[in-house]
Amino acid sequence: MQRIGVFVCHCGSNIAATVDVEKVVELVRMEPGVVHAEDYQYMCSEAGQAKIQAAIREKGLTGVVVCSCSPRMHEATFRKAADRAGLNPYMVEIANIREHCSWIHKDREEATKKALILARAAIAKVNLNAPLKPGESRVTKRALVIGGGIAGIQTALDIADAGYEVDIVEKTPSIGGRMSQLDKTFPTLDCSACILTPKMVEANAHEKIHIYTYSEVEKVSGFVGDFTVDIRKKARSVDMDKCTGCGVCQEKCPSKKTPSEFNRGLNNRSAIYTPFAQAIPNVPVIDREACIKFQTGKCGLCAKVCQAGAIDYEQKDEIITQKYGAIVVATGFDVIKLDAYDEYAYSQSKDVITSLELERIMNAAGPTKGHLERLSDGRAPKEMVFIQCVGSRCADQRGKSYCSKICCMYTAKHAMLIRDKYPDVNVTVFYIDVRTPGKNFDEFYRRAVEEYGVNYIKGQVGKVMPQPDGRLLVQGADLLDNKQILIEADMVVLAAAIEPDPSVRGIATMLTASIDTNNFLTEAHPKLRPVESPTAGVFLSGVCQGPKDIPETVAQAGAAAVKAIGLLAKDKLTTNPCTAHSDELLCNGCSTCANVCPYGAITYEDRQVNDHGIREVRRLAVVNNALCQGCGACTVACPSGAMDLQGFSNRQIIAEVDAICR
Amino acid sequence: MKYSYYPGCTLSTKAKALDAYARAAARVLGFELEEIEEWQCCGGVYPLGEDEIATKLSSVRALMAAGEKGQELVTLCSACHHVIKRVNDDMKHVEDIRTRANNYLQAEKPYGGETTVLHYLEVLRDRVGFDEIRKKVTNPLTGRRIGAYYGCLLLRPGKILEFDNPENPAILEDFIRALGAEPVIYPHRNECCGGYISLKEKDLSGRMCNTIMDSASGFGAEMLITACPLCLYNLNHSTTNKLPVYYFTELLAEALGVKEEVSV
Amino acid sequence: MNTPKKQVEQIREISGVDPYKCMKCGKCSASCPSYNEMDIKPHQFVSYVLREDIEALMQSRSLWKCLSCFACVERCPRDVKPGKLIDAARQMVLRQRGQEYLSPDEIPELLDPEIPQQLLVSAFRRYRR
Repeated sequence: MQRIGVFVCHCGSNIAATVDVEKVVELVRMEPGVVHAEDYQYMCSEAGQAKIQAAIREKGLTGVVVCSCSPRMHEATFRKAADRAGLNPYMVEIANIREHCSWIHKDREEATKKALILARAAIAKVNLNAPLKPGESRVTKRALVIGGGIAGIQTALDIADAGYEVDIVEKTPSIGGRMSQLDKTFPTLDCSACILTPKMVEANAHEKIHIYTYSEVEKVSGFVGDFTVDIRKKARSVDMDKCTGCGVCQEKCPSKKTPSEFNRGLNNRSAIYTPFAQAIPNVPVIDREACIKFQTGKCGLCAKVCQAGAIDYEQKDEIITQKYGAIVVATGFDVIKLDAYDEYAYSQSKDVITSLELERIMNAAGPTKGHLERLSDGRAPKEMVFIQCVGSRCADQRGKSYCSKICCMYTAKHAMLIRDKYPDVNVTVFYIDVRTPGKNFDEFYRRAVEEYGVNYIKGQVGKVMPQPDGRLLVQGADLLDNKQILIEADMVVLAAAIEPDPSVRGIATMLTASIDTNNFLTEAHPKLRPVESPTAGVFLSGVCQGPKDIPETVAQAGAAAVKAIGLLAKDKLTTNPCTAHSDELLCNGCSTCANVCPYGAITYEDRQVNDHGIREVRRLAVVNNALCQGCGACTVACPSGAMDLQGFSNRQIIAEVDAICR
Repeated sequence: MKYSYYPGCTLSTKAKALDAYARAAARVLGFELEEIEEWQCCGGVYPLGEDEIATKLSSVRALMAAGEKGQELVTLCSACHHVIKRVNDDMKHVEDIRTRANNYLQAEKPYGGETTVLHYLEVLRDRVGFDEIRKKVTNPLTGRRIGAYYGCLLLRPGKILEFDNPENPAILEDFIRALGAEPVIYPHRNECCGGYISLKEKDLSGRMCNTIMDSASGFGAEMLITACPLCLYNLNHSTTNKLPVYYFTELLAEALGVKEEVSV
Repeated sequence: MNTPKKQVEQIREISGVDPYKCMKCGKCSASCPSYNEMDIKPHQFVSYVLREDIEALMQSRSLWKCLSCFACVERCPRDVKPGKLIDAARQMVLRQRGQEYLSPDEIPELLDPEIPQQLLVSAFRRYRR
């Protein structure tokens, strides 16, 4: 029989206001095995922990139940306290009477009853608990960063500077990401490429960083400290070692009709291409879908003009298998498709563009060489209208429920730059709210209004109507003036919502990392663990976790790096002892468990067994304790009841259910 | 192919042409419109109040009549289509309306929105196919620059009508192309003509129709087509810009070479 | 006489509109073809419900200027449906007071030989009980 102590926490008034804690203490004393029970204001405080430790020592407790908040909050606290007092930490169980009881109920009597039931279940479990000993696993001292934008680059640099090997996997032909497509950055208006390219060069030159561009993560197995990852290096059709980056192949390539991804489809690129001048690596790829040689067998001009002999039509995809201790996701974002917003005539007029397209138009390397002009007829605009929140803050299925966060600031930037460079252009911004929380952000927006005369109108646009003369009639509401207004504009710029890059879904599945309904990766805790995924060893960097601007992305990238470094710095990790094991006398080798195991932890062996005197060789399930994460799927699937989970045995769970139903 | 057909009041009186040309064209295109018996007026406007039942019952009856024959229900007038399609959606998705309507009607078999409602244009697009129509055109309307006027009722709310992209529709333009004419796309093709406001405020609907006409003729339209008798009436009462307005079925009958057979 | 609270309940019930969903973006007013005819503008409808001043809404000219074109319903990013709200106010006027915006006596004068039945039926449905 166990000697169990029960400790009921008030959590200030969080629990005590709804649950009669004294009554719970009084009633748990009658439960089997309970030799001690007490309540306290804050069990998690030093004094509270000391009470538990004192009771363990003085009453010779063999088990402890703490009735308090969620085990996600303080299970570790109480288990460590018990450990210090000489009790095996796995003899401590938590009854969650806060999140599962006091916070969600109003009726004190009912809540008290429920708290008692939860305590009873935990006591029933502890009665069957046995001391467990955690194992150890090794840590591979190498990190993988998925995504080569500013988030991925910064994370990689910080990890590498701490002395660890880092691989960046980037799916496009160059690192740089969205930031490389931007012209200027807020709130300082410095050139995006001028501050990004040094980082790109630094990452490329870093002896600890290896960059795989035009590559994708294909398979992930293993667990924290010991991941095994397959990376598909797509065939570039150009030998990276031989290519000098002279660019002649791109000039001579006769297939020049593919919309440039880098310029958002505003102009075309050749079939063999580097996305932009400062690309890293400065080695082109052949887009085989667009290449005449690959499509018809004729051409081959690039190979003829390449002095270095770098063109390799025979090149094949390559799979690289590498081990990592930590994985950082930095897959970034794209702007939403605007198909559902035809009232803005985006698909009907070339002069209705997204803000990201405007970045390319304003950029010296863009489709108009940085000259602000209408894409329909090349005319300089005189009247420009910006529309905010296109697809952001939507309750309908057309858009996203969240605020995209960066649009207010980049629109102020665009408006200011246009007024500065082209003072004769009128700029009107339709906004719902102007949101500028950030250092020097509101001052920046006010400058747009006060110094640059940008016309901000509180209200939305109902419809953009292309006119026979090519201009755009914008019908909007000025809510402060209470007027419906019509503006004849030359260009309309839409602040389209941003969304996580679609590739993140596949990556999240491979990593068993959770994503929310908007495809943003979920944090381990929204406030206290914002750069960690709930999946151990997986960290989050940049917009894959939620909308953010460049300074915030860089800060978060550094934070993710620190978390990864903290993991890589350890030689060994303590493993969870709550793993599955199979009873060899009950197992019939049916493979059901192996089929449901998400971690590939179960294999089969032919083993000699002694079944009540009968000796024979049987096919049996064997669990690799290093791989098992203790999810319990196999224990439920096993048809013969051979699989069981340490710390959560079938008997323990049934005992809990019995205690609840009693 | 046989469809149940709901013509509606206006098509039996002031808009006989819309109906007659549609029937003639259907014969050429190989489908049959079987008018449902003893149909009643749809009410002209969809009753927006969540608690309205009685005003929806005539639509439910029509839907049930088609359902009993196992046929799809075809409409032609934009208003009838709007009302019947939305009532059908209510019967399918709003339990309260379904229960109460069925209680009123005391039908042997309760109705739950099973009937498919198709506008005549949807039959042309989704059942016959514009390519098939193109093949049957004997008298292509070559050279005519035609503006499609959609109005409101066929398109909005898009989620329920599911007729076409409510902000940038294409069905009438594709229809015009199938007849060999040239569609003129103009931004006011889905703006309101004023609807029922024209009974008491001719000026207001007149102004709105002027804007629509100006927009269409600005893009080079020489005529407009519509599926709605009220739109046609209102557009014909615009003051500044007198583009001729036709029912789309008249042009269809003309292109198929059966216009002369129809006496209106 | 209904209390303001009762009226709010009623208008919410008839319209099915949740006024709290509105974020005051003004897209309805930006879309409304009758905007200039209205005294209370589409984006203001919800404010009257939140302020519990349904009486003012029922006195409004806007009731009779809405064309039921559903542009506001189609484009509202918050799925508020201002058009349904103003129709509910119209319904309340017509139902509670037996008031009407169109009387049969007016009709002969308004008729012309081309008027489609649809117009008369629609107007009767929207303007009378």
